[in-house]
Amino acid sequence: MTVSKRIVLRFPRRLVERPIVYRLVKDYDLELNILKASITPEEEGLLVLELKGDQKEYDKGVDFLIKAGVKIQSLSQDVTRNEERCNHCGACITVCPTGAFRVDPKTREVLFDNEKCIACGLCIPACPPRAMEVHF
Amino acid sequence: MAKTIAEINEKIKEGKAVVFTAEEIIDVAREKGVKKAAQEVDVVTTGTFGIMCSSGAYFNIGHSTQRIKLGGGRAYLNDVPAYTGLAAVDLFLGANALPDDDPRNRIHPGEFIYGGGHVIEELVAGKDVRLAATAYGTDCYPRKRLETLINIKDINEAVLFNVRNAYQNYNVAVNLSNKTIYTYMGVLKPHLGNANYSSAGQLSPLFNDPYYRTIGIGTKIFLGGGIGFVAWQGTQHNPGVPRTEKGIPKEGAGTLAVIGDLKQMSPRWLVGSSVLGYGCSLTVGIGVPIPILDEEMLEYTAVTDADIYAPVIDYSDAFPNNKPGKLAEVTYAELKSGRIKVNGKAVPTASRSSYPRAVEIAAALKEWIQTSKFLLTESVQPLPGAESGVGVKPLNERPIEY
Ligand code: SF4
Ligand code: SF4
Repeated sequence: MTVSKRIVLRFPRRLVERPIVYRLVKDYDLELNILKASITPEEEGLLVLELKGDQKEYDKGVDFLIKAGVKIQSLSQDVTRNEERCNHCGACITVCPTGAFRVDPKTREVLFDNEKCIACGLCIPACPPRAMEVHF
Repeated sequence: MAKTIAEINEKIKEGKAVVFTAEEIIDVAREKGVKKAAQEVDVVTTGTFGIMCSSGAYFNIGHSTQRIKLGGGRAYLNDVPAYTGLAAVDLFLGANALPDDDPRNRIHPGEFIYGGGHVIEELVAGKDVRLAATAYGTDCYPRKRLETLINIKDINEAVLFNVRNAYQNYNVAVNLSNKTIYTYMGVLKPHLGNANYSSAGQLSPLFNDPYYRTIGIGTKIFLGGGIGFVAWQGTQHNPGVPRTEKGIPKEGAGTLAVIGDLKQMSPRWLVGSSVLGYGCSLTVGIGVPIPILDEEMLEYTAVTDADIYAPVIDYSDAFPNNKPGKLAEVTYAELKSGRIKVNGKAVPTASRSSYPRAVEIAAALKEWIQTSKFLLTESVQPLPGAESGVGVKPLNERPIEY
């Protein structure tokens, strides 16, 4: 049976420079589509992947990642903005590793693009009025 | 021809005052020229909405049936300690106060979810707040314990009193070190990963009256959604710093101490805030009207982001260790472009204070003035100016001999 899943991988600093993802293709015959890749302020590697392949191989691949020390999270978490609470200060903009926030050059309002969000959670404690909320 | 504040007030009362925000006036001055604009315009309104740590409020909660003297005892509002060094039922609550059991930075960076600023926001929002107090008991104030809900509607006084707000200019914070740091200027990524600034720039009150010609003690202002007053110069008021040709300070300079009745303010403009790894605070909305007395005042208010420079400071070393030295000087126009150049590197910028909300404050104040709801005041005493010699001294630590 083939599966296709979107997952978020977080690499600790020591793994950032190792070719781990490549092994998924080579050893487990998984097809992958990189949706996002970046290094967070904590210097953690962040990778959002769409992984496709045989269920058994998929499970083995994920198991390999976990054993290697990669933290895995499914993309089912949703981060939303409480519009009442957001005052468009901008403190979140440079905190977000995927550029989900940008300033409207005209109004200087901070626009939040949920599509770009990978639910890493970094903006949540960094927002002074605590307008960013995570839902499980 | 010069105008007086009294003349402007007459026009406000008649509903005829010509008012622009400090953003709008830039184009008005460009189109009409300074001379004509100064004749036609009566008032320019400013605004700023940012985290202002030296904020607080005092309360008189009223006397209980058996009297209690909180002075010298302990008092907590929603578990946040309030200052009890005043008489029987007066309390002062600072925006940075934290519950005794808050973990602070024990697990760094601390989250600082709830503190004094949040209590102030909840009170202003009309929510009940828990007061828990203990006292030592006296013959005239025998009671030793008190636990009750209080509400801003019922207590005698609730007064916002901020000892340092509305900074005239501020540092741009960066991090030269190799690890992320958590500062009052926000999360700063290593190796110049980002640059955070905190001023409304061209809309900010003291940039529009750089030598404090009209803003002084007693000036009536927009404060927290209601009306307040300038009570004094703010602490660390530092007017003598280097200025541009147009008089704009090139680093943190003047500050205001402000006061106002909390009961007529709104939680939209006083927001409890959490600064990751730093502490709790209060985000405050302030707007100051500037009377256009003459061409000079109009020229001041027509200041643009491109005219205002801010120093870029390293918050991993220079700031914490109080060392001099700025890495660069950038304009607010550059800061707002989203990127600045520091040490040859393009650094993404982010603001800590809200420009859209500053615009909203200036517009609200404009509307109050246009509809005769808000009259201007003469200041009763000017703030210490650039020539006053008033400045900021570092602490001179001296050993204590035993
Ligand atoms: S930090 Fe919070 S309040 Fe500020 S713009 Fe971002 S979401 Fe809005
Ligand atoms: S959780 Fe916040 S910081 Fe993380 S990707 Fe989403 S918006 Fe950006």
